[in-house]
Amino acid sequence: MKIVVLVKQVPDTAEERKLDLTTGLLDRDAGDSVVDEINERALEVALRVKDANKSTEVVVMTMGPDGATQALRKALSMGADSGVHILDDSLAGADTKRTAAALAAGLKVTGFDIVLAGNESTDGRGGVVPAMVAEHLALPLLGSLVSAEITEGAVRGVRQGEGGTLNVHAALPAIVTVTESSAEARFPNFKGILTAKRKPVTTLSVADLGSADLGSAELGGAGLTGFGPGADARVGSTVIVSTTERTARAAGRKIVDDGTAATELAEFLVANRLV
Amino acid sequence: MFERTEDQQAMVAMVRDFAGGAISPHSAYWDETKHFPVDVLREAGTLGMGGIYVSEEYGGSGLTRTDAVLIFEELAKADPTIAAYISIHNMVVWMIDAFGNAVQRANWVPQLASMEALGSYCLTEPGAGSDAAALSTQAVRDGDDYVLNGTKQFISGAGAAGFYLVMARTADTGSHGITAIVVPANLQGLSFGPNEKKMGWNAQPTRQVIFEDVRVPVANRLGAEGSGFGIAMKGLNGGRINIAACSLGGGQAALDKSIAYLKERTAFGGTLISKQALLFEIADMDTELETARTLVLRAAEALDRGAADTVRLCAMAKRVATDAGFNVANKALQLHGGYGYLAEYGLEKIVRDLRVHQILEGSNEIMRLIVGRLAVED
Ligand SMILES: Cc1cc2nc3c(=O)[nH]c(=O)nc-3n(C[C@H](O)[C@H](O)[C@H](O)COP(=O)(O)OP(=O)(O)OC[C@H]3O[C@@H](n4cnc5c(N)ncnc54)[C@H](O)[C@@H]3O)c2cc1C
Repeated sequence: MKIVVLVKQVPDTAEERKLDLTTGLLDRDAGDSVVDEINERALEVALRVKDANKSTEVVVMTMGPDGATQALRKALSMGADSGVHILDDSLAGADTKRTAAALAAGLKVTGFDIVLAGNESTDGRGGVVPAMVAEHLALPLLGSLVSAEITEGAVRGVRQGEGGTLNVHAALPAIVTVTESSAEARFPNFKGILTAKRKPVTTLSVADLGSADLGSAELGGAGLTGFGPGADARVGSTVIVSTTERTARAAGRKIVDDGTAATELAEFLVANRLV
Repeated sequence: MFERTEDQQAMVAMVRDFAGGAISPHSAYWDETKHFPVDVLREAGTLGMGGIYVSEEYGGSGLTRTDAVLIFEELAKADPTIAAYISIHNMVVWMIDAFGNAVQRANWVPQLASMEALGSYCLTEPGAGSDAAALSTQAVRDGDDYVLNGTKQFISGAGAAGFYLVMARTADTGSHGITAIVVPANLQGLSFGPNEKKMGWNAQPTRQVIFEDVRVPVANRLGAEGSGFGIAMKGLNGGRINIAACSLGGGQAALDKSIAYLKERTAFGGTLISKQALLFEIADMDTELETARTLVLRAAEALDRGAADTVRLCAMAKRVATDAGFNVANKALQLHGGYGYLAEYGLEKIVRDLRVHQILEGSNEIMRLIVGRLAVED
């Protein structure tokens, strides 16, 4: 069984996250980059399959700049066997549509029985890339699962919505995404950290992706991490017109209790439609 | 030597993530309720913290002493007490791995390195602390067994540990008559005193360990008869820099809290950090910790290399870092004013926990004795 887990390097949510106002792109120097936690949970699903059956092969795949190898190393330290890094200058600023095309092409190169991913990244929060990948590969998508059980040839899982619980299943190959409610990811142990460096990481350039038509504007479309006015128009079909900084937070109003505080509070809540 | 490698950064980051979720949110409660979190220690074991600098052959992590001090400092930022127990446990596992034979290592190291079983280090006695070579717990040979009688005092982890590494007297020849024996918890005649009420280190038990005609197979002896004191002291070299690192972590956490607090607290028309007298206090605390950290890393490097001045450097580092950690924590408490004295702010616990680091694993007076004797020796 070969499981490919899609991982994305994102800015640490514990720190301030910023967009570069001139390019409209993420300012990667503004804070630390980490593996998206939701991807770690997807990896956990894969590693549990491997825990139970050592012959399982777990591959982690990312598309991103040079520094994204760190995300792969983290995933390898947690227990994945090998990494695939889709790395090409021409992909800088790629939007969701183009990212999905590149990942799908990468998946064709590596091969797989099942692909696992998070349901949406914590930075862009587009939540569409896995579905687009599934579409490119003409495979079923089992999206937003809270748990998944993978056996030879099939996957079954549970999707929880406001309206109820769905038990879903599909024959492999398939694409599966998990939500934040799926099992918490393990920490890498010291041995994992030390051996991660020795595990193979393959780099794929756009040329290595073969027939996939990644260069045309048709396949583009800028998402939140897409390109802005300063970027090369070749990389996507959606254009970010402008980016503005979030307005600074102003201090809130302090209500001093002179006996009417409760009334004032209630009025405030009503006026702001908070109750 | 001072630049952290990528691996070290990744290891410290993992420890921070682990401790941030599994330890720091509970540490005040554990202190208050005297809860020894054996389940969390097991979890730490699965991550490789039960045998950090123990060889990989039987399940250790095979890391360096330098890695270890970085790890202990990070753990202690979350809770000095838990970090310090893990440090003592590591000392025991390393001694078994370093001085045990293949059978002993294969039997004991895997369960200890994974922290499924915990270890205790039993040297101190009611009548012999600093002068450990005067210990009187007897191990009398009887056929294929030793029969142990006596009492060990202040034993960390006692009652919860699965294995007790006991330094016992096999001959009346001073330090040369001491033998190291591994005593499993389930033997007849082994019992424990009540959990001591103490100033700090509440999240780990400290008890007497009492031996009444405890029969231990001779096969449980570590190394040769009479070599126990040397083994105990070799274990302590690593123990000392690890406890030193625990003091650095506690001190650093107290310093970080102080910086945040002084930036936020206002008095006399400005934030407290705008008072230069207090800024200088922060500068001194930062400098004191960094000075100590530098020496701890130097000692760790010497231990890794097997340098001739290892004992001297480990003793110096233990003394300097445990004094620095306590001083910084105590100053941090002062900088927090009345709030520093309240349990809620977390400062007083650090002070209470770090105080004992100046006393145990060889008191700081004994560290001066070691350094002084080596300095004047011909
Ligand atoms: C919470 C806690 C946990 C502990 N855990 C363990 C453990 O797990 N295993 C273990 O074996 N022990 C443990 N100990 C024991 C600890 O190592 C001893 O308390 C320490 O070695 C000091 O011994 P003592 O208490 O008998 O003091 P003493 O040796 O009686 O010393 C009293 C004072 O005299 C000073 N002093 C003694 N001799 C000299 C000298 N020659 N010159 C100058 N000053 C001197 C000492 O520094 C000290 O200040 C623990 C102690 C505590 C408090």
